[in-house]
Amino acid sequence: MKKKHSSILRLEGVQTLLASLLCILGGLLAGFIVLLLIEPSGAWEAITSVLQSFFRYPSAKLQLKYFGQTLTRTAPLIMCSLSVLFAYKVGLFNIGVAGQYVAGACAALYFGLALRMPWWVCMIAAMLSGALLGALSGALKTYRNVNVVISGIMLNWIALYVTNMILSMDGLKNPMSPYTMQLRGVNPGALIPQMGLNTLFGNEKSVTIAIPIAVIMALIVWFMLNKTRFGYELKATGYNYHAARYCGMKENRNIIVTMMLSGALAGMGAALLYLTGIEEWETTISSVPAMGFNGIAVAFLGGLSPIGSILAAYFIQHITMGGGNVDLSVYCAQISSLISSLIIFLCAFVAFFKLAIQNHLRRREEACAAKAVKGGEDA
Amino acid sequence: MFAQGPMGRVQPCLTKEVSALEQYAVEMLHITKRFPGIIANDDITLQLKKGEIHALLGENGAGKSTLMSVLFGLYTPEEGEIRMNGKAVTIRNPNDANDLGIGMVHQHFKLVECFTVLDNIILGVEPTRMGFLQKRQTRARVLAMAEKYGLRVNPDALISDITVGMQQRTEILKMLYRDNDILIFDEPTAVLTPQEIDELMQIMRNLAAEGKSILFISHKLNEIMAVADRCTVLRKGRYIGTVDIRNTTKAELSRMMVGRDVKFAVDKKAAVPGEVVLDVQHMTVASRQHDKDAVRDVSFQVRRGEIVCIAGIDGNGQSELVFGVTGLENVKSGKITMCGKDITRMPIRKRSVGGMSHIPEDRHKHGLVLDYTLEDNMVLQRYFEPQFTNAFGVLRRREIRAYAERLIDQYDVRSGQGAQTLVRSMSGGNQQKAIIAREIDKEPELLVAVQPTRGLDVGAIEYIHQQIVAQRDAGKAVLLVSLELDEVMNVSDRILVMYEGEIVGEFDPKTVSVEELGLYMAGAKKGVDRQ
Repeated sequence: MKKKHSSILRLEGVQTLLASLLCILGGLLAGFIVLLLIEPSGAWEAITSVLQSFFRYPSAKLQLKYFGQTLTRTAPLIMCSLSVLFAYKVGLFNIGVAGQYVAGACAALYFGLALRMPWWVCMIAAMLSGALLGALSGALKTYRNVNVVISGIMLNWIALYVTNMILSMDGLKNPMSPYTMQLRGVNPGALIPQMGLNTLFGNEKSVTIAIPIAVIMALIVWFMLNKTRFGYELKATGYNYHAARYCGMKENRNIIVTMMLSGALAGMGAALLYLTGIEEWETTISSVPAMGFNGIAVAFLGGLSPIGSILAAYFIQHITMGGGNVDLSVYCAQISSLISSLIIFLCAFVAFFKLAIQNHLRRREEACAAKAVKGGEDA
Repeated sequence: MFAQGPMGRVQPCLTKEVSALEQYAVEMLHITKRFPGIIANDDITLQLKKGEIHALLGENGAGKSTLMSVLFGLYTPEEGEIRMNGKAVTIRNPNDANDLGIGMVHQHFKLVECFTVLDNIILGVEPTRMGFLQKRQTRARVLAMAEKYGLRVNPDALISDITVGMQQRTEILKMLYRDNDILIFDEPTAVLTPQEIDELMQIMRNLAAEGKSILFISHKLNEIMAVADRCTVLRKGRYIGTVDIRNTTKAELSRMMVGRDVKFAVDKKAAVPGEVVLDVQHMTVASRQHDKDAVRDVSFQVRRGEIVCIAGIDGNGQSELVFGVTGLENVKSGKITMCGKDITRMPIRKRSVGGMSHIPEDRHKHGLVLDYTLEDNMVLQRYFEPQFTNAFGVLRRREIRAYAERLIDQYDVRSGQGAQTLVRSMSGGNQQKAIIAREIDKEPELLVAVQPTRGLDVGAIEYIHQQIVAQRDAGKAVLLVSLELDEVMNVSDRILVMYEGEIVGEFDPKTVSVEELGLYMAGAKKGVDRQ
């Protein structure tokens, strides 16, 4: 009996899942404690409203509508986390995912609003511009040995301000507000088609095929990493750069190509959000959108597996939306962001919990071995 | 001394008299240390007398390192007891060991490269007055110690500028400066020339004569026979016995270590060299460490059916020479030809496909992707072939599995879960076997093998030597780089000695002596006529 139990625990996937769940639990607990410290009376209600998210709405139709919105925002998050984990497999920490996402948003909206292109052209443009930014980081790494974390952070800000500049141009920005024009009004052809999906979600307009596209991309990334020669080479380069070189892989080219693809995934993520018309770009924004950074947390919470990313992205988006439901007469407006960021912060501990599980298993095994030997001697 | 028990195990006869207990500086009694799935130390007893040189002999994986880690407080044994001077002690961490006067010279020195010898000796126990270093008295003390034991060092030289031998003497002085009485030497001769080894042996004898107790970890029987008083042998985590060196022979020690008779000479027929496979002309390779070129104007040829061995002390340009030939490093000038084709600027992949196999010096750095499975490592040089990847770039997993299983079978690579074992979890010997299987099965024209037996046990070494000779007999050209003189003398058909980036002599192993080679390796002689 016991043997079987421990052998399940020994599976890599089970360990990751368990560790991720522990992280979530820890994050919720920490958030709950913060709420208790501020105002004990509303704490339970607040934390449940975060978890319930759209289920709090009274009618089934409204629930579906907000469920649809959650899914729409999940799609770009999946893409950002794919971007992060893809680069991570090659041993690169692509913190530039946020900037690549911004560059993607810029290209998607520029092609949609200024050039009046159809949605798929906009999406390809977004991928290319994200890829360009990623390739820049990769090239700096290979030819000048600049750490991708450093170049990534720098490029994040460059991308943000260039984007603000471009999208503030006449005809792109709404003259009455800091936001860009609505795609729905200017060029409906740039909106990702719904193909009837919206009817499943209470006619929520933002529900499009962006959602299945993100899931398909996750499957493609999984296939590429695990089943193809390309993935074999990329992972070998990531695990051991020197061995990749020794067996004649083009390790430098691999690094640039990886960063390019990683950037393209992030750029595509931005297209999957802004081309649904769910929101516009705020041209006066002075901080890099959190979507890219959340992608990092999601990638780790999902155990660096593309499939795990889908589930983790949904969870993070679910509680982020739920955070908006916290009673603001009791707590200050920042509380919802605080709780979701506490949970996201705890997500970084997946590796830690995994190690703890493995250590626990090892200790138990050692104890078992000692006992078995003793028993043998007695007999 | 010891009695032969069943299953070849020997029970140590512990002397009961109180006076006898006093004569042991350290006693490790019935030490048992278990890890999941393995008993690393199974009831091991080691008794180190005061003022003796005690050798600890065993193959890789015999439990030597675990036993030493127990002595250093890195592991806590499940059973057993450690006594010092007859009193039981508990060693919880290396600091405890240090306080008890136990010191160790590690195989890989722990020295700060950009510090002087003196700074390294006092590092961590610096004498200070009001926060200022007081080096003058220390210097006098260190020089006096060096004089007493015959440890020649220049206290003001930087570690990065001195020879390996002097670095080792610095490590020994470090232990003496800390008033350590129990000195552990972990494979101390691996990096030394024959002359330096002789010198070290003399130093060890001096230390023992002054009352220091020395534990000498080694698997080199010649050295144990030359310097040790007694020898404890471990095999597969078990205590085999302790013998008096005066009453034993090399053959007996090796039988105790391996559990069977070992042939020291490699069986091989005379070489029948054919046409030239590798032709290196005036090759110069820059160094990554310093401005001087690591390989300077080197020319040599390797023919079909012969094993050419590059001998020399570590760091004389052998690694860079191999990097140049295999393409891991660009050559600065010169020309390399393989099977008549100019490969000087050819990418690594093309060289490999063109018939070059490379067993690299550092199997963890270059030879393997440790976090890949065994099967993925087996196809590391061939995964792109149509046999393993289809036209859409998708890997043929089934073919890869079948191929890996054939190699595992044929070359007897042992691992926990067969083709799916993570290579990181395999033993060094089996990791090396995997590389050798992969590189030999490629059917190369030229096999470049760099220290193919490094860190392996006698059984594995024997096997690998047989494989290399078999490749030669199959008409392949073999370029072997080795730091082990035994290997150089036994396996090669022709010896090239490298010193400071140049080939300083060419010899026939049948006519040259080890001492002669040593002189060339140390740079004392150079420039013999080469054909």
